[in-house]
This record gives sequence, structure tokens and C-alpha cells, in this order.
Amino acid sequence: MTNRRMYFKMIASSILRRKSRMTVALLAVAIGATVLLGLSAISYDIPRQMGREFRNYGANMIFVPADDNAKLEILAAKRAAEAIPADSLIGMTPYRYETARINMRGYDIVGVDFGQARKTSPFWRIEGKYPEAENEVLLGADIADFTQLAPGAEVNMTGLAADGSRYRSDMKISGIVRTGGVEDGFIFLRLDDLERLAGNPGTADIVELSAAAGADQLNALVSRIAGDVQGITPKLVRRVTHSETTALSKLRALILLVSAVVLALTMICVATTMMTVVMERRREIGLKKALGADNGGIAMEFIGEGILLGAGGGALGSVLGYFMSEAVSVNVFGRSVTMPWYFPVLAILASVAVTAIACLPPVRRATQVEPALVLRGE
Amino acid sequence: MDILKLANVSKIYGSVKALYEATMSVAEGEWLAIMGPSGSGKTTMMNIIGCMDRPTSGNVLLDGMDISNLSASELTHIRRDKIGLIFQQFHLISYLTALENVMVAQYYHSMTDEHEAMQALARVGLEDRAKHLPRQLSGGEQQRVCIARALINYPKLILADEPTGNLDEANEGIVIDVFKRLHGEGSSIIVVTHDPEVAEVADRTIFLEHGRISKIVLNR
Repeated sequence: MTNRRMYFKMIASSILRRKSRMTVALLAVAIGATVLLGLSAISYDIPRQMGREFRNYGANMIFVPADDNAKLEILAAKRAAEAIPADSLIGMTPYRYETARINMRGYDIVGVDFGQARKTSPFWRIEGKYPEAENEVLLGADIADFTQLAPGAEVNMTGLAADGSRYRSDMKISGIVRTGGVEDGFIFLRLDDLERLAGNPGTADIVELSAAAGADQLNALVSRIAGDVQGITPKLVRRVTHSETTALSKLRALILLVSAVVLALTMICVATTMMTVVMERRREIGLKKALGADNGGIAMEFIGEGILLGAGGGALGSVLGYFMSEAVSVNVFGRSVTMPWYFPVLAILASVAVTAIACLPPVRRATQVEPALVLRGE
Repeated sequence: MDILKLANVSKIYGSVKALYEATMSVAEGEWLAIMGPSGSGKTTMMNIIGCMDRPTSGNVLLDGMDISNLSASELTHIRRDKIGLIFQQFHLISYLTALENVMVAQYYHSMTDEHEAMQALARVGLEDRAKHLPRQLSGGEQQRVCIARALINYPKLILADEPTGNLDEANEGIVIDVFKRLHGEGSSIIVVTHDPEVAEVADRTIFLEHGRISKIVLNR
């Protein structure tokens, strides 16, 4: 038997001899590792998970015409949007603003791709339904309240086309949109209807984009698009991105705090257990010192036990932590969690480090045991 | 040549003189017994001789080296190299076999050597009990494992604290026979004992009273 085998035999036997006590310490480490890995995985995955949730609050990027252009080309906007990874781009909605008279009163009308608007503005509350057929409009709630018009009613709309001619069309109200915002003061119609009536197809005043990305990624995209695409000025909707960043930061801080508290409790549990073990083994420690063990040798034995405990608890906690994060992710976000392969390895290493640190006070106590106590028959 | 020399060695705790002005020597190959009632200073003297404590004053020379003022770490190294300890309560590690208990002393000394440890067990007649745990051994057998452990690193001095104190008469005889054989092979032995029969087989007996050496008796 080599010295190394003797060392492992001693620390393994010591742990196995105190099964119940060590099981408690092992479970404490495992719980710590479970929470650490589970929360780390959730924290890592939150921008992806929450990013999709945050998209319910509307677009986080807009394209507007460059300074000297009154309108932007929708095709150019589509090319610019190619800079955003396809799996991150949730929706892209061009808006074209015009004025028109409805039942002899002037209003702002907006041509919209409603299929995309549902993705970029999922918070719109519709009474009735979105326009689907030709010559249907969606009335803003304020206008509907003022005019006392309801879904199903027909209105006469007149306006000035791009070529200077006047257009006239009977429109049917398919629904009323209520957002509590500026949308309540607009009349929305399909973009192709507006292009057919007012001409000048393929242009928009503004394009709203909703991308599942963090503030840093969005900033990088804005810089890239601004540099690469002419005629378009990309901008962040700072109200939305700032809210996202703040919410994520607070959530992460909370996760960090919970992890720190759990790790501190783990350390206290391990330190208490190891301190008890040291007190139980005073005679054995005294004997080993009497046989010539120095403080370093004694410390290495207890730290070795701590490392074994940390590795075992960490491995168990990593398995449990994966299932915990998966369960939380599926139940809260409705999606499976993703975590880098090295997260469980880091959780095990963190468990080992925490356990080794927790062993330091007991180790200090162990090194203070006097070898002479074995001669006193204690 | 003296393997151990104490010159005016005192150990004083506050106003208590646990050991006072003790002067004595042990020649190489000599068997010395130390006797005395409880509180006479036997344990204090053992601690100092066994490099587990330092005297308040005086000099202790072990194998020609003054160990009176060495640090705890230096004393550990000296103890490891020069002292073989035998205890009244055996102090075997319960989860290690007899062989492994002997090898523990090798482990802390330098390198484990299973063959050599087995030879040490054979010297005390326990080669067939090598794989047994302490709880599977009788008191006498446990003490013989303790002796094998003390011998394994070829110490200059064997220091035994009441080695027969926990044994019945038959096992006491076996252990004393082991000591006699070691003495015959030239080992230097110091035995602390309450038992006059154990003391009688030593070359010399030192009597301690109230921390002082009160009497020295030559047995042969």
C-alpha cells in the first residue's frame, strides 16, 4: 500500500464510519449545489426566457427614415433587419401614416401589416376583430367613443393620393383597438389597402421591430445597421430595453442573494459537522500527532475529507440542480432550460471550494489538539 | 553513551511544580522504569522525554541533541524519528487493520512498506492477525500491535506509558516477554508503571514524588 492509498483509505474510512453525520453534511452540500446550479442555469437562461416574455410589451427597436428622407423603403428595412438573427427576430411591422376624412371629419390613418402587428404589439386589445378583408378598418378607442361607431358599422373615407388625386372608399369597421396609448387616436387599415388608395407603395414612415435580445446585443445591432444600411436610422426603444435591463438586473441580484445565503448556510452546516467530527476524533488526532503527523498532515486529512464531501455533494446537487432548473423553466416559462456543459462542473468545483473553506475552522481546531493527551489516558 | 540526559529539568505551571530539578540519564540499550503515585510528575516527565512538551528550565539531551527549546514542529520531527510510543490504552485506529495501524507510523514517518510492517507484526507474534481490526483482537494482541507500531521506524528510544495497565496477567506476561526480547536486542526502553513486578524486570527504577526524583534503585 502506497502513501497515497493509505491517505485515501484513512479519509474514506473516516467518512464511512460516520455515515449519518456525514450524510447530513453531504445533503447540505447537495442542497447548496442544487440551488447554486439551478439558479445559475435559470439566471443564465433568463434573458432568453424573459426576453420572449418581455416582447409582450412591444417593439424594442425602430427604423426611421434617415434625416433627409421623408419615407423609408420597406425593402431596405427588410434588408437591414437581416442583421438580426432569424431566431431572435419576433416581428417587423411597417407603419405608414396619412390623413383622411371619415364621415367628413379629419383623422390620422395608419397602414399596417396586421399579421406582423400582432407579433410586435401583442398588447393591443381588440373589440371585434382585426381587419382581414379589403376595405376594413380598426378604429382607435378614443375615436370610437367620440363618434359612437361600433364594429360592423360602415364609414366613408376620403383622402389625397400621392399623385394629388382624391380617393374615396367605403370602409367597414371590423374592430376597435384599445391600448391606453396613442393608438387609441388612430384609424388602422391594411397597408396594401392604403397603398391601393393613396399610391406610393413599398414605403413606410416607421418600422417597428421586436427582437429577443438583451440591451447590449440590441445596441450592437443598432450600431451595425446604422453603419451598413443607407437611408435608415435604427433606434432602440429605450423605455422598453431599460425596463428589461432593470428587471433582469433585479432578478439576477435576487438570485445572487439567494445563492449566497444558501451557500453560507451550507458552509455553516459543513463547518458545524466537521467541528463535531474533530471533537469526536481528538484522541485519534492526538495519536497521529504523537506518531509524528505534523499540522500540515492533519490539515490535509480533514481538507481531503471536505473535498470528498464537496465533490460527492456537488455531483448529487448538479443532477438535482438540473432537474430543478428544468422544472422551474418548464412551469414558469413553458420552455426547457438550456445551460452550458461546464455549469455542472463549476457547481461541483464551487461545492468543493465551499466545503474546503468551511473545513478551515475545524482544521484549525484539529491542529491545536495536543499529542500529549494520548498519554493522559483521555 | 547516554541516549537520554535530563539536567535540572523543571516544569512549572504557575505555582505548581509538576517536575522540579530532575536530573537523570538513560544509557543506550538500558531499560529504565519510572514509578510514582498519581501527581508525582510521571506524565510530565514522559511528555518532555517524548518531545510532546518543553521544560520550563533545564536541559534535555536526546541522542546527543538538546531538545529543550525546540519549536513544536521541530519536536514533531524528533519524535517521529527517535521515539517509539506505547500507550496504556493501545490507541489503535479502529477502522484500520492491525497491519495498517503499524503502517500509519510509517506513513507519518516516511513511506509505507507493507512487507516491513508485516515483519514488525511477526516480531510480536501477530503475523496471522495482520488483517484483523482492533475490535477483533484481544487486549494483549492490541498492545502487541501498539508495540509493533512503536518499533516500525527503528526508534532510538521506546517510551511505554503503563503498557500492562489494561492487561490481564497472562497478557501482561506476554508483553513483558516482548519487552525483554527487545531489550535483549539492544533497544533503549523507558517504562512508566505502577506495577512493581513490571518495574523489577527493568535495569533501573526511578521513583518520583511531588515532582522530584526521590529514589533510584538498581535492579541488576
